[in-house]
Amino acid sequence: MKRFIGFIKKEFYHIFRDRRSLFILFGMPIAQILLFGFAITNEINNVDIAILDHSKDATTKEIINKIASSKYFSIKQMVNREADIASVFKKGQVKAVLNFEKDFSKNLIKEHKATIQIITDATDPNTANTISNYVNAILQKYQKELNKDITMVYQIVPETRMVYNPELKSVYMFVPGVMTIILMLVSAMMTSISITREKELGTMEILLVSPLKPIQVIIGKVFPYIFLSIINAVIIVMLSIFIFKMPVQGSLFLLGLESILFIISALALGILISTISATQQTAMMISLMGLMLPVILLSGFIFPISSMPVPLQVISNIIPAKWFIIIIKGIMLKGVGLQFIWKETLILLGMTVFFMALSVKKYKIRLE
Amino acid sequence: MSISVTHISKSYKKVKALQDISFEVKPGELFGLIGPDGAGKTTLFRILTTLLIANEGSATVAGFDVVADYKKIRSSVGYMPGKFSLYQDLTVEENLNFFATIFGTTIEENYDLIKDIFVQIEPFKNRRAGKLSGGMKQKLALCCALIHKPKVLFLDEPTTGVDPVSRKEFWDMLKRLQQKDITILVSTPYMDEAALCDRIALIQHGKILEIDTPQSIVKHYPKQIYNVRANNMYQLITSLNDYEHHHSVYPFGEYVHYTDNRTDFNPKDLIQYLESNNLSEVEIAKTVATIEDTFMELAK
Repeated sequence: MKRFIGFIKKEFYHIFRDRRSLFILFGMPIAQILLFGFAITNEINNVDIAILDHSKDATTKEIINKIASSKYFSIKQMVNREADIASVFKKGQVKAVLNFEKDFSKNLIKEHKATIQIITDATDPNTANTISNYVNAILQKYQKELNKDITMVYQIVPETRMVYNPELKSVYMFVPGVMTIILMLVSAMMTSISITREKELGTMEILLVSPLKPIQVIIGKVFPYIFLSIINAVIIVMLSIFIFKMPVQGSLFLLGLESILFIISALALGILISTISATQQTAMMISLMGLMLPVILLSGFIFPISSMPVPLQVISNIIPAKWFIIIIKGIMLKGVGLQFIWKETLILLGMTVFFMALSVKKYKIRLE
Repeated sequence: MSISVTHISKSYKKVKALQDISFEVKPGELFGLIGPDGAGKTTLFRILTTLLIANEGSATVAGFDVVADYKKIRSSVGYMPGKFSLYQDLTVEENLNFFATIFGTTIEENYDLIKDIFVQIEPFKNRRAGKLSGGMKQKLALCCALIHKPKVLFLDEPTTGVDPVSRKEFWDMLKRLQQKDITILVSTPYMDEAALCDRIALIQHGKILEIDTPQSIVKHYPKQIYNVRANNMYQLITSLNDYEHHHSVYPFGEYVHYTDNRTDFNPKDLIQYLESNNLSEVEIAKTVATIEDTFMELAK
């Protein structure tokens, strides 16, 4: 036990004396969560648009006013000719142009039909889609107001209710994802680097020629990072509660336990990486390419798993992050207890045990 | 026997690093492995410290088999690898403390053993190991390898890259450690250090050329060596190599060590020959063989 404590003490010296790594360790989660929370968002606010109004009558003015008064759009300029639309887009000043046909009011009254063209800059398809949806929604609302005296015979009224995130804040979606990425990165990359550093500097040679058992070295390496990752998880949850006002519906205790389980599985992966790489550089590359990309792309954090091709859906099952994201979304947003996520927890636990056993087995007791 | 090696062979893919090596080291002996870089010294150390497994042959250290009883060996030997392998971001004291703890001991318990060495680095005990000079680093590494009072000490090129004064101090320390019943296996590419060992093995290309005490290795040198000097070193060496009766020509400091392949060699002939080759101030004098001469002769 004394040996083990001595080993852990040494690990903490390494961590605290390496200022740069320490900065990454604690600076990264804060930077990431703020970036994802504020900058990277699917919501649209104050999007600049332009208007080309061929009729300039009472109806078009009313519609334009409605659009201008919504918080989603601000009208940047008025375009006079059809030909100017292309140049407005090319300058990149606006994201969308609304084109009202000639004699808009007249057509609406006479023929009960008038057209408005929505042209969006689809270099960013998501934003373009959202803009067109929002404009449509505003138009439909206006149409309803016009028709309020007429009763339609058959009417389907969709009543949409968004549960768990009624305001559709994208930060609610990003917090669990970012937490997963950070914990994965800190745990797996940092341990794999710290073990390969011993190999690279030759200190592993001395550690091997000592009575330390493989399991003591592994746990000694892992322990400090469990501790640091827990601190990171706490920072992320605090930031999301206090800065983004994201409520944690479920039990914080359960969230903590599940996070520790995920941290340990990531650490086991880190050790596994260190057993197959000889240098810190390789360890870092494998951690980044082999862990980060799948976590971001295949875990369901950004891209929904259900819309992936079947082979990718199958692959996503072996990614621990996928299960952890389901678990923490459940706890944080839905407020569910263990009875709803025991299956995911069990899968994660199984993976952790498997990775741990494999890395103890693969840990080399000699140099080759 | 403290170390016993029998018919050890080891190869890496196509390179034969060690070929049929056998030797024994007696308890309390200071045994030197002498050979150039790439001779296989480090591989042999790694086999004996249980870090590598030999392809053929067997070996025991402190009575334990290097493969079957590797755990016992690991707790009873001290190993100082050729490359400086301590934690550079830990201070002198923290390094020493760490190695004491993982071997289940304390600095105080074995302070006696390291005292002579430790007092020299003690003024720097709060300095990070990475910031020490080469000689200091080696002293610290030796302290760390000794802190658990090992039965056998393995030192792989401990003085490479160390200044001559520190080298001398280092060897004085090894001599003192020997008094404390520690068997020492040391490797070095420096031939002058070989003379300080009890016995040495000359090793090259993975093969042992000879094992004996430094004195008898030198004594068995088969020829008379002459120190030759002239005004132009470069021309002297080429001229000697062109001389039809030369046996060996090696530059050795300000002299050239020359041996002749005739039994009735007369130095005057050589002076005449050299002077006819436009060399002046030619001096020739008899000298005794060194270990380096022996090594070169055996490696021929």
